[in-house]
Order: sequence, then structure tokens, then C-alpha cells
Amino acid sequence: MRVPLSWLREYVDLPAGETGRDVAARLVRAGLEVETVEQLGTDIKGPLVVGEVLSIDELSGFKKPIRHCFVNVGSANGTGEPQEIVCGATNFQVGDKVVVILPGGVLPGPFPISARQTYGHTSAGMICSARELGMGDDHNGIIVLPPEYEPGTDAIELLQLVDEVLDIAVTPDRGYCLSMRGVAREAAAAYGLPLADPALLDVPPANSYGYLVKVADPVGCDRFVARTVTGVNPAAQSPIWLQRRLQKSGIRPISLAVDITNYVMLEVGQPLHAYDRERVDGPIQVRRAAEGETLTTLDGVKRKLSAEDLLICDNSGPIGLAGVMGGATTEILDPVTDPETGVVTGTTEIIVEAAHFEPVAIARAAKRHKLPSEASKRFERGVDPEAARAAAQRAVDLLVLIAGGTAEAGVTDIAAPHPVRTISIDAGLPDRVAGAEYGRETVTRRLQEVGCTVVGADVLEVTPPSWRPDLTDPYDLVEEVVRLEGYDNVPARMPTTPPGRGLSEAQRFHRRVGVALAGAGYVEINAYPFVGEAAFDGLGLDADDARRRVVKLVNPLNDAEPALRTTLLPGLLGALRRNVGRGNTDLALFETGTVFLPKAERKVAPRLPVDRRPTEEQLAELNAALPDQPRRVAVALTGERLPSGWWGKGAPSGWADAIEAARTVAAAAGVELTVRQAQYAPWHPGRCAELLVGDEVVGHAGELHPRVIKAMHLPERTSAMELDLDLVFEDGRRVSGPPVSAYPVATQDVALIVDAGVHAADVESALREGAGELLESLRLFDVFTGEQAGAGKKSLAYTLRFRATDRTLTADEASAARESAVAVAAERTGAVLRGA
Amino acid sequence: MSAPNKSYDPVEVEALKPEVVEQARDEAIAAFAAAADLDELKQAKVAHTGDRSPLSLANREIGALPPQAKAAAGKLIGQARGAVNQALAKRQAELEAERDARVLVEEAVDVTLPFGRVPRGARHPLTTLAERIEDTFVAMGYQVASGPEVEAEWLNFDALNLHADHPARSMQDTFFVEAPDGSADSGMVLRTQTSPVQIRAMLAGEPPLYAVSPGRVYRTDELDATHTPVFRQVEAIAVDEGITFGHLKGTIEVLVEKLIGGGLELRWRPSYFPFTEPSAEIDLQCFVCRGASVGNPDRPCRTCSSEGWIELGGCGVVNPRVLVAAGIDPNRYSGFAFGLGLERILMNRHNVADMRDMVEGDVRFTLPFGMEI
Repeated sequence: MRVPLSWLREYVDLPAGETGRDVAARLVRAGLEVETVEQLGTDIKGPLVVGEVLSIDELSGFKKPIRHCFVNVGSANGTGEPQEIVCGATNFQVGDKVVVILPGGVLPGPFPISARQTYGHTSAGMICSARELGMGDDHNGIIVLPPEYEPGTDAIELLQLVDEVLDIAVTPDRGYCLSMRGVAREAAAAYGLPLADPALLDVPPANSYGYLVKVADPVGCDRFVARTVTGVNPAAQSPIWLQRRLQKSGIRPISLAVDITNYVMLEVGQPLHAYDRERVDGPIQVRRAAEGETLTTLDGVKRKLSAEDLLICDNSGPIGLAGVMGGATTEILDPVTDPETGVVTGTTEIIVEAAHFEPVAIARAAKRHKLPSEASKRFERGVDPEAARAAAQRAVDLLVLIAGGTAEAGVTDIAAPHPVRTISIDAGLPDRVAGAEYGRETVTRRLQEVGCTVVGADVLEVTPPSWRPDLTDPYDLVEEVVRLEGYDNVPARMPTTPPGRGLSEAQRFHRRVGVALAGAGYVEINAYPFVGEAAFDGLGLDADDARRRVVKLVNPLNDAEPALRTTLLPGLLGALRRNVGRGNTDLALFETGTVFLPKAERKVAPRLPVDRRPTEEQLAELNAALPDQPRRVAVALTGERLPSGWWGKGAPSGWADAIEAARTVAAAAGVELTVRQAQYAPWHPGRCAELLVGDEVVGHAGELHPRVIKAMHLPERTSAMELDLDLVFEDGRRVSGPPVSAYPVATQDVALIVDAGVHAADVESALREGAGELLESLRLFDVFTGEQAGAGKKSLAYTLRFRATDRTLTADEASAARESAVAVAAERTGAVLRGA
Repeated sequence: MSAPNKSYDPVEVEALKPEVVEQARDEAIAAFAAAADLDELKQAKVAHTGDRSPLSLANREIGALPPQAKAAAGKLIGQARGAVNQALAKRQAELEAERDARVLVEEAVDVTLPFGRVPRGARHPLTTLAERIEDTFVAMGYQVASGPEVEAEWLNFDALNLHADHPARSMQDTFFVEAPDGSADSGMVLRTQTSPVQIRAMLAGEPPLYAVSPGRVYRTDELDATHTPVFRQVEAIAVDEGITFGHLKGTIEVLVEKLIGGGLELRWRPSYFPFTEPSAEIDLQCFVCRGASVGNPDRPCRTCSSEGWIELGGCGVVNPRVLVAAGIDPNRYSGFAFGLGLERILMNRHNVADMRDMVEGDVRFTLPFGMEI
């Protein structure tokens, strides 16, 4: 809602020096969201005056039409002589009144005006268009004023160019503030000043000879006021003040009748519709649509109607989508001037509709037809049904005053009975909710300021005003009291909380994972979770891969990415590629986040009641419909893991780093990770590790498949890891402190030859088992293949460290343990001692 | 070597003559002093204190002396050897010190050589910012709660007093999850706010409840410098006996002081949220210009766009209808709730001009934030 300050002052006698900013600050504290305060006309400097065109000389020989004019600007130019001006517009004639800026003036831009030579003539000033004056986006040439203004009159004042406009974002509960009347009421309360209510008008009572209206759906339409004006002059135009108020409010002036309905809507908040009576066929009816009916709305769109749509009809069928937009067949005609006679023809008889429709019906219709209009915006949020008569009267008055029409005596007013809503509120409730001490008197006074009728003492019986349908329960009233008393004035206190339990084990674990990976050189990213088929194709997933089963969105931002991720890799690899593209070539990235896995059987989540707690069964049903959303971690690496430098060569990242990242996560969880050779997309079939905790597969790591790397435009040898944090996490884990022996260590090395296909992990576990309890640690320090190992073989060299907790080991004991270790390795893996 | 001879006259033994012993002593001392380095000193040491050195040989002669002569000869040799050893130790220490000084100079390196052998990592600033806020609340006795991102509409809307036709429901442009029949009636959405976590927390048990819930939320905004369709909120809820709007104010004041700093004014603007009543928007006095940029084109402020205030978030007293839907007796308990947008706090607290930087995952953006914010 755009509120010109000059217009607001018509209803509230604000202090003279009060600026737009001052008023905005008061309104903000009362709960209106004033987004901006626009300063109009501050960049215009006169002399800007009314001019009368005395002569026009059409110049030829230029690319566009150019006019050399003499304009009478009265004594504004100091001499009283006609002003010589060259003008590029053609929409004016000799004798027209125009707006002229004289040398020395400045137009917004800023464009200082001075006398200059152009097109072979002197141009001492400019004839202005609305756009040049910052009045609107009208491109239709220069402004032609009504004839009654004297040349030389100050046009800055005349066109009300200087003003301030408050732009207010109105929240859904304050529909009444989509009007000058509503904002003025808030301003009056904020300043403690009286309000001149524009809806307080003398309205003749309803009678039986108004235009015939039948309301078939009194639930959808509980009020319908119709008035008729005849003898309207189709040539009449909106006066400057009316046009200017509309322009400042952000509405483009169109024609007098439409301008008047818009003006009254802005003023009172009641959307109006004007029909050309001669185009309406018989009585007006209000009913729901029949399936299959159509209506061509004012915007020229033919719309298929739904049975839920509330319609305004005549004998010909629908003539308007109630509360949303009127129909084309009955709209006010654009005036047409006969070029020979100069006679203007157009609509001369007007029916003014001021109705009240059910908010939900209008909201649904506007949504269904994707047609949010000024009218629907107001009906959705609640219009004052008691203002309909006044609004219609105001429109009639303006048509009579400006368009020379005659108001017909008939007044149609169909009103469904409204129950009186009263709310009982404990007078102490506002104090208890706010934690402040207002007292009953203040509570009563504030509610009265809002427009409520208040009776009672300890328990107040409050009747909200007709324009506040949002006030329905005691807490609504509490809010009114507290906001008018000022949120700033509520004393701040701290609640007394019970002893806290701190973070849960899982929460601490999630933090540790991030710290551990960042400590290991990984940089965290947060990718969007939206994916499409292309992402899965890029990863080389089979057609029946479980990860292609996705949760889909109805309205994705990008139609190519309509689903939610089932793996973190697409987003993470996308971030990796983006970094590489920006020249960051050595990368170790990680992300933690949820993936979305649909349930085996897809269900609909029930919409449960809200008037009581749902049962456990209902909640279980609701949760059962939600997809599984486990928390994952993933890493991706490329380039150098350890940088090269003056110290020597670094180390390229690879499959082993990806597995190491999984170990880092497992260490943060305090669990032991085992690694198994595997084949799993999108990893390289020979460089893919399956990650296990116990017998459970928790994720995969390794180098990506060369085909994936190519398809996704990733650097060669890009590696990645993804694992499920929920599976890795063990609640309630507690480490027992191990005994630390002070006896000396006995170190033995062993080199084993095994088939190249034997996994080191198997050799290691065999050695560990064979070595028994005396083994303190084991380290693989060398792996090689080649001639010395033998064809198809590899050599694995280990250091075994033995130690007892209770004695110094003898050489024989250590050797025996080593032999036992080798024996088990030989048995399990076919390992042979090198050199044996 | 000769056998013991009791009548032997010591003076007769050449090597034990005092002048001979003194000469051997002086020669040794002179040789040590002349040694130029530790190697020469070692040679001199062998020559003058070794088994074949004059003093060692002289010492051996003592054994053959008659007992009455042994003491005097022993004293003579002992004193001489003492002086020699002392000179040796002194010279040894001198030469070692010389060597050390030389070697340490030779071994010196340029410690300003650039280093960076171990790459640094970093956590995303939104993660660490959320943790910082969590910690502030945990210190006040709150628990950290979480919930699913694909959420039931009932929890995201209905239970929060946003019925199907509520205008606020169209205000939030929601991602709807496709139903099995392909329609939008799955009853599920990508949560548009972290508020459903409050409902889950309330459903989980009886008050008192003090919970903070950070998380990702979704709205159908296109990504630009100030909007992202996926963003983060932190929401807090307190439900207990006697909770008031004043408690909400106190709690937020503490949070702001911990998060941004003290001495800043807060502005409480009445607003509208279906799940709270009364509802408020909280503005924080711009901590950069402190309002000096308002109406002052010469001193524009980027942080607050010269408005003087920074929007912090929305809050209010929990609407009793929400308590009812969660099975809490509104006559006994009351509550407050508030939600903050983390991206905006990060932008303001850390001068981030473009929200896209938080989204794209460029390591140059994230690395400077390190491990903590």
C-alpha cells in the first residue's frame, strides 16, 4: 500500500513539521511495515509553469517530426513575450495548455534547462511529458492540461509534484490497512489524534427500486450494494488531483469511471466494480459457476471456470469473476471521439457494485486463475462489509460531481444477517502475556482506539469493529493492547530454565566429524540437494540402481532437477568442478547433509486435526509417510593432497586419501572401520573400497571411474568417499583405558610373498591373529611387485612389535610369536616368507 | 721393570726427578695450549696423558720405590698430573665452545622460507555460526532439537495455525513433494521454516521445554545476491509456566549481546505470524553506522542500506492454538518462539556482500573462516 503523505493528512491532522520519515517511524512501532519513504519532486526546480500554445511550425527535413512553437507563459519569463520552444512531441494543438519548464529550471536526472540552438531555432525551455516530471511511466507524449488554467501558473503546485509516499507492506491480518482509511486510523492512534473517517457518509437507505440483484449464494456473497448513475458525460476526464493521487499510489489513470472506482478502493478499502448498464442484460445474479462455463475477463483472457468460482452473472451468463476481475462484455467503454463532429461517445449509464465476498472463496479463485488483483488482494485479507454502502455512495458522488451524472434514487443493498461477534477477555490477560502492568483502564482504552466496543469489568466483553475480521480470540486483543502500548516498553526478563543437558552424543559426533575433516585439510561446502536424471547418468548408475528412486518435487526451480538427492556426490562434485574452473586446482572438499530416500511403499502424509493433540497412531502414520532422511558425509579430492614445494615433491591425492577420510570419520566416531575391495558406481572398479563397521556396509571410497570423470568433466584421478553418519555413530560408547606396559619392546620384521590378488587386509588380519596377545602393533612398511617378488606375486614387508605387560620378552618368545603369525598368514593367504 | 728394591734411592730414578716431572708437566700444558682444534688436542692428550706419556711412565716407577719414598713421589706425580688434566679440560672446553659456535652458524637456515606442507581445511561459516548460536542457548539450559527437511504439511503448516487457505501459506512459496498419484497432495513439503521442529519437540514431552533448532529450510526463490532457495534458520522455543513476551525480549537481548556485541539498541516491531500472538519483528541497530547513515547521503552504510536497522528475525508469544495442536494445556503453559535467518546474520556479522558466495562452495570464500567463527 502506497500512502501519499499529503493524502493521509486529509484524515489525520498531523503536526505541520512532521516528515514522512517521522510518520513512518511511528507507524513502524505500531506494526506497519513501512518499507520505504519516497521523496517526490525533490529533484525538480522551477520555473515550471502552465503555458498556452500560440503557434506551431512543423519543421521538415529531419529524421523525426519537430515542432517550432511559441508558447504564452504569462509573466513567468519576466518579459511576458511568447516563449520560443522546439518540441519533439506531436500530441498537442494550438490553444492547448501545456507544462513548460523555463531556462534555469532543473528536471529529474538532473537535467538543467537552458536556452540553446537546436534544429535551426532557439529553444528557450521545454514542454514536459509526465515521465520527464517523474509523475509516471506514461509514454503518450507531453501533458495536455484541462483548459481552465491560466498561463504562467506554477505547475509544481498544480501537479502536486512535491510529496512523500510511504510504501507499506501490509501483513495478511491487517487487510484494513490496504486503504487510506485504515492507515489513517493507525496514524491517528499512533499520534493520539482524532480520525476523519472517509466512510462516514450520508447514505440513503436501501429501497426496492434499485437495480435488480439476486444473490443465490449468500455464504459466498453476504453483501451486495448496487447504485446507478445516468447521464454520465463520456468525455469527462479525471481531474489532476485524482490522477495524481492514483499515480502516487502506484495505479495508472485509465478513464474517469475506472479511476473513480480505484480511487474509492484506495480511500475506503472497498473494491468496486463499474458496469455499463446498457451492456448488462437483465438482473445481476451472484452464483457459483457451472462446470464448463467460461468467462472472458477484462484482461482479454478467456477463462475456464471451476464449480467453486463465485460469479457475477446477467441473463447472458457470467459477466465477472466475483471479487477478482470483471468481464469484458459489460466493461465501461473507452470514449471515442468522432473526428468530424468532435462528439465523444461512450458509456453514459453506470452501475456501481460494492459487494462483500467470502475471503477463502476469493483467495482460491485468484490462486486457481493465477489472477492476483487489487480487489482479490483486499477480499482475501478481509474487507469491511459495513463500508460497502459508503463506498458506493462515494463513487456515485464523484461521478455526479466530475462526470455530470445523475444519481438514480434506487438503492440496492442485499445483506445476509451477520451475527455479532463478541470476545470475552480477562482484563488481566494482556498483563500476563506481556509480562507488563497495564491495568484494566489502559486495556479498555486501547481496545476502544482500535474501534472495539468494550463493556464489563474484570471480564471484558469486546465487540471488534466490522473492519477487523482478524480479531477473533482474546490473544488477538492482547496483541492490539501490547502493540499500541509499545513492544519497546515491555520490560525484558530472563526465564528460569531447568538444568540443561547439553548437546547429545550424536550432536557432539556431528561436530567432531566436521572438525576432524577440516583438521585434515578438507574444506566444507553446502550444495543444493536438487538433482535430475542427468546427475545419475553422470555417475554411471544402472537403470535399476536404488539411488535412482527419488523423492520428487511438484514445483522444482529447475525442471531438469526435479528430485531430491539420494547421494551427496552430485552436489559435491559440482562444487569441485566449479572450483577447478575458477583455478583452484588442489582440492579436498567435504559436505555433511541429509539425503532423501523414499519409503518402499509411498504414502500420503495425513492432515491431522489441529484442535487437539493427534494420537500416537496418527503421528506414527504421519512419520511413516516421510522419506528416510539419513545424514551422510562425503569428500572429494583432486590435485595435490600434499603440496610440492622447496622441501621437495608433494603427493597427489588418490583413492587412498578418500579411504583415509573415511578412517578420519570413523575415528571421530570411535569405531573401527574395515575396508573391503568392491565394485560400486561411480567408483573405478579396481579402486573402490567398501567401508564397513562390523558387518554393516556404511559407505564407499576410492578413485572415480574414468568414464564418470569424463562424463562429469572432472580432473583425472578425482577421488571421493561417501558414508552414512547414522550408521557409523554408536551411542553410549565408552573407551576403557588400556594397560600400558613399561617392559621393553621386541621388534621383528617379516617380508611375505603373496599372490598379487591377495588383499593386504587379509594378510594383516591373519598376521594379527597368528601373532596373538603379545603383538602390540603391526605396520606394513613396504609393498613391491616385480622380478624379486616373482611373476604374479607381490611382497609385503611388515614390522611387528611385541611386548608383554608383565615381563621382558625373550628373543625366543618374540620369534615364536612371529613364526606363529607367519604360519597363520601362510595358511590363510598362501604367504611365503621371502627368502625362505 | 725392576723388582722392588728397599734400599733404592729415589733421587737416583731419572724420571722421578722433580725437574724432569715439572718439565713433562710444562710440556703437556704447552702442547694443550698449542692445540688449534679438537683433533690436535686429542693427539696432545694421547701424547701427554696416555699410557706412554712421560708422566704415566714416571708414575709406574713409583711402585718400585721403597715405601718411605713412595708418598713424596706420588705427591709429585699427582700434582703434575692434576695440573695437566686441568689444562686439558680447560682447553677441551675452549675448543668445544669454538667448534659449537662455528657449527651452529654453519647450520643456520632461513626460517622465513614459505611453508605450507600440510594443507589447511575449514568448516563452512554457516555451520560454525549455527554452532555458536546453539552454544549460547545450551549455556542457557536449552536442548538442541532437529527434524526432517522433507516434512509433513501438518507439521509445517496446520499445526502452526496455518490452515489450508491461510493467506500466509501462499506468502511462503513452498516446494511441494509429489504424491504417489503425481499430484501435489502428498501431505509433504520441503519445510519452509524450522518451526515444525518446535511442534515435534512439544509433541515429544511435557513442558518445561527449552529448545533451539538450527536447520536448512526451503523456499522457491531464485538464487541471487540476497536470496537463496535453500537457506538456514535457527529457531528457539520456550514453553513453561508463566512465560511472557518480556522473557522473549530478555532472551534475545542475551543472544544479541553474545553474537554481535553489547550496547546495541533493539527495535521491536509488531508483525504477524500465525503461530505467535503477539508477534514481532526484531531489528537490530546497525552496528556499523549506528544509525548515522539514515537520511545522510554523504555517509551511506552498506551493512544496513542506510536504514539504520538490520532485520534480525521474527518472534512472538506462542499462539495458544499451536499449544493445543501439540497437546499442551494453554491455560497452564505459555511459550515464546523466535526464528533467525543465518545467512543474513553471516552477511552482517562478517561483511559478506553476496549470498551466492555461501552457496557455491568456492574454497577461497570458506578458507579464511577456518574452524570457528
